[in-house]
Amino acid sequence: MRAIFRLLLILFSLAPVAAWGAGDVAGAAEGAAQLEAGLLPAPQPTRADYPDIGFSSRAIVWVVAQMHLFFGALVLAVPLFVLAIELVGVRSGDARYDDMAHEFMKISLTAYSITALFGGTLALALFLLYPHLMEYLTRVFGAQMLVYALLFFLESLLLYIYYYGWNAMRYGNRKWVHMSIGLLLNAAGATLMVMANSWATFMMAPSGVNEVGAVVGDIWEVMKGPLWNPINLHRFVANIAFGGAVVGGYAAYKFLAAKTPEQRAHYDWMGYTSNFIAILAFLPLPFAGYWLMAEIYAYSQQMGITAMGGILAWLFIVQAVLIGTILLAGNYYLWSGMSRTEGSRRYQWLIKYIAFVLVVCFLIWVTPHTLILSASEIAALGGSHHHLLGPLGIMPAKNIAVNLMLVFTFLSFQLYRRSDKVATVSWAPAANAFLVMIYLVAIANIIFAGIYYGYFTNTVYKVGSSVMQVVSTLVVIVAGVVIDGLMFRNARILPSRWGQVSNRAQYALFALPVAFTWLMALMGYVRSSVRTHWHVYTVMKDNSPDNFIPTIGYAGNMVTLVTLLFLAFMLFIFWIANLGSVRQEPPR
Amino acid sequence: MSVLGRTIGFSILLTLVFTLVANLLPQMEGEAPREETMDPGELTMDSFVALGESLFRGKGTCTLCHNELGRAPDLLAIDVVQAAEQHLADHRYHGKATDAAGYLHESMVDPGAYVVRGFGKKGSNDTESPMPAVDRPPIQLSELEMDAIIAFLQAKDGNQITVELPAGPSAPAVSGEPGDGMSAAATAEEALVKFGCPACHTLPGSESVVGPVLTDVGARRTPEQIRESIVRPEAEIAEGFSGGVMPGDFATRMTVRELDMIVRFLAEQKG
Ligand code: HEC
Ligand code: HEC
Repeated sequence: MRAIFRLLLILFSLAPVAAWGAGDVAGAAEGAAQLEAGLLPAPQPTRADYPDIGFSSRAIVWVVAQMHLFFGALVLAVPLFVLAIELVGVRSGDARYDDMAHEFMKISLTAYSITALFGGTLALALFLLYPHLMEYLTRVFGAQMLVYALLFFLESLLLYIYYYGWNAMRYGNRKWVHMSIGLLLNAAGATLMVMANSWATFMMAPSGVNEVGAVVGDIWEVMKGPLWNPINLHRFVANIAFGGAVVGGYAAYKFLAAKTPEQRAHYDWMGYTSNFIAILAFLPLPFAGYWLMAEIYAYSQQMGITAMGGILAWLFIVQAVLIGTILLAGNYYLWSGMSRTEGSRRYQWLIKYIAFVLVVCFLIWVTPHTLILSASEIAALGGSHHHLLGPLGIMPAKNIAVNLMLVFTFLSFQLYRRSDKVATVSWAPAANAFLVMIYLVAIANIIFAGIYYGYFTNTVYKVGSSVMQVVSTLVVIVAGVVIDGLMFRNARILPSRWGQVSNRAQYALFALPVAFTWLMALMGYVRSSVRTHWHVYTVMKDNSPDNFIPTIGYAGNMVTLVTLLFLAFMLFIFWIANLGSVRQEPPR
Repeated sequence: MSVLGRTIGFSILLTLVFTLVANLLPQMEGEAPREETMDPGELTMDSFVALGESLFRGKGTCTLCHNELGRAPDLLAIDVVQAAEQHLADHRYHGKATDAAGYLHESMVDPGAYVVRGFGKKGSNDTESPMPAVDRPPIQLSELEMDAIIAFLQAKDGNQITVELPAGPSAPAVSGEPGDGMSAAATAEEALVKFGCPACHTLPGSESVVGPVLTDVGARRTPEQIRESIVRPEAEIAEGFSGGVMPGDFATRMTVRELDMIVRFLAEQKG
């Protein structure tokens, strides 16, 4: 079941759940009664206990939950980088930043209502379709859900003040007040996210309950399960990348539809900034994912293998296609963008090599290790686990490819950032040489670690090899950011001509949100599936008719459905955002 | 085409490419273990072993780790009983088992009692096992199911099966497919005919001199001795007869209930 449930607020105001939560708060007086109630084991519904509505309950919850998550991710991410852009605007004194940040917020505002709408629908669907699970979860989380609802109201309040107060608090001390509100808004948003994450991670790796699911710890122990922080980080970073990609799509659309050069320039710049945010947040994402997987293995090797080596292993081919699409699109957009500045001539010769490496790596990555077997062949060869399929779990060649793709994408990114600048510090040549050396060593290290540990040692060390590779990649990224940051501090800026970018490049900006959205939903499928036939892993069985892991094809179709739905809603939001600025001429 | 049309067209096309990739891959469902209740009284040793194998590959999820990929010892490829005996003798063993069956049982409920070298949790220097205790969630096998797996592990390399079939109808229900074979007999008389006892023994309504007369066996033998004579005819040879005549495989062919019925019936034959 795709049960991540959020935003119980609508039901909170209606349902007896509220009484539950309140009871918990006032708990001290009825301590004994609480204790008794608290030691209730998790319910174990039989199949007959699940409401049968003649249609897959899981499919309904899947769609609604995913829509809620898409919008939730968007409205959490946008204010975050809006605040960052606002800060840049204040420091640079360039009003364009402020206007762009404000325009981003406009999108976020409409998305916020839709988030709440889907959140309410999701809560309703869950309570109706999975009453026992929800009864259990409300029992476990109790008052925390009430806090969540209150926080949600606080978030709404801050959001409205932040958006509508933008122009009223634009300069001087008021600006700082405005930015403080933005900070509070983000703090509330991040808290909401980690609270909701704890529901999902509790279902994957419950803590604070005993073997039969009776609550034995306090709410903090319940929340702080082994997967909570890895998921928090992963979602936080992914949200930013996702949010950047979505507003990038908006900018691309506006660019293509622009009528004046000023508009083109504005939206070109907006698209560029969005892409910058998306790619920069995207680069560390595989490492956050790596940490998450490592924690899953540490929590339960069985769960880890289910995710990486069982029937779900094929999913990582699709993931490779998606990430490859994202990286190629992001790179393509950067290269196209180089036409904006004269300074980029210096680096143009490198692009063909970068492109070559990226394409070769991409092909290595997506090529399945083996000829693709049919499902019946795999079943005949011993269930879902098979010696040809298995190596996908640990894939040295692919690890080399992925890390090189990340390194070269960062290179594109760095070259692009440099293309409109000339360093003025005296030590620039030395720093450049040092940087080139870091790149070379890292690349050599990635290839060596992959080949040596991947092919010439036994399994146990293979995992170790990816750590070395990951560290190499991270070193490149960190060194690149730090050195460039110092080196171009007082750089001479070459003129850029915003708006001077091809229409075709805008399609790369559409490819990003489409691939991101699809990828996010796909990862939702695997995250939910590793629980196998459990609502709450090891303490509450899923006995519903949908307690099996659906095929990757079925999941793909569902993912496409939610992606297209999301895109349709986004078009609606963009349309609404524009509608506000249209004013009908008075009749003569 | 308008900008809007092109944007939408492009986005839909791209999602369709992804969908296509997902649909081209092998399509497999991860089924939840089916909770089929079966009557342990219907078990024969053969079907018990078969149950063990299906649990090993299915509900037990043992093959998730125990396969040829090096995640865990490949139990299907090695003689597990032999390995168990070696590990029992190893100084690193700190469990309570004394024989192979006990060791295998312990490996399942307390995997840390002995950690096979090179397979311990990362960083634990082979002192902690990554294997979950299989009698607990999420795998949650019953005692009977674990016995079935032990029987399977013993049988697959031709080792002697030392676990007992579950006794009587009071044993807890297990999940999995029941063993195949002929339909079970409903009464003791039916069972005796089904297994051809009258061919050698004198029983009420039939005569034969190949084996001892059984119409008075209840007077001569206790029910336990009768059971033993059927399950392991070689254990004690009746006076005046030679061993090796009575088939020794009834234990694997009879269901628990059939055996019970026959023993009860014969114990009442007091001449
Ligand atoms: C999550 C992976 C995993 C699962 C699932 C798993 N095992 Fe294991 N098992 C291991 C590992 C790793 C070892 C080696 C370390 C050790 O000795 O504990 C092992 C060891 C064993 C041993 C001891 C082998 C020896 O030579 O001493 C036995 C017996 C065993 N497992 C049986 C089973 C059975 C039966 C099941 C299914 C009910 C099962 N295992 C499920 C990972 C697993
Ligand atoms: C091929 C002939 C044969 C068949 C078939 C056979 N038996 Fe026997 N049985 C013998 C012989 C010979 C002995 C005596 C030697 C021994 O004790 O093993 C014997 C011994 C016994 C004894 C011990 C008698 C005593 O006085 O100690 C019992 C009880 C018995 N059989 C029951 C059965 C039952 C029940 C069946 C059917 C399920 C059966 N036998 C089928 C040949 C047979």
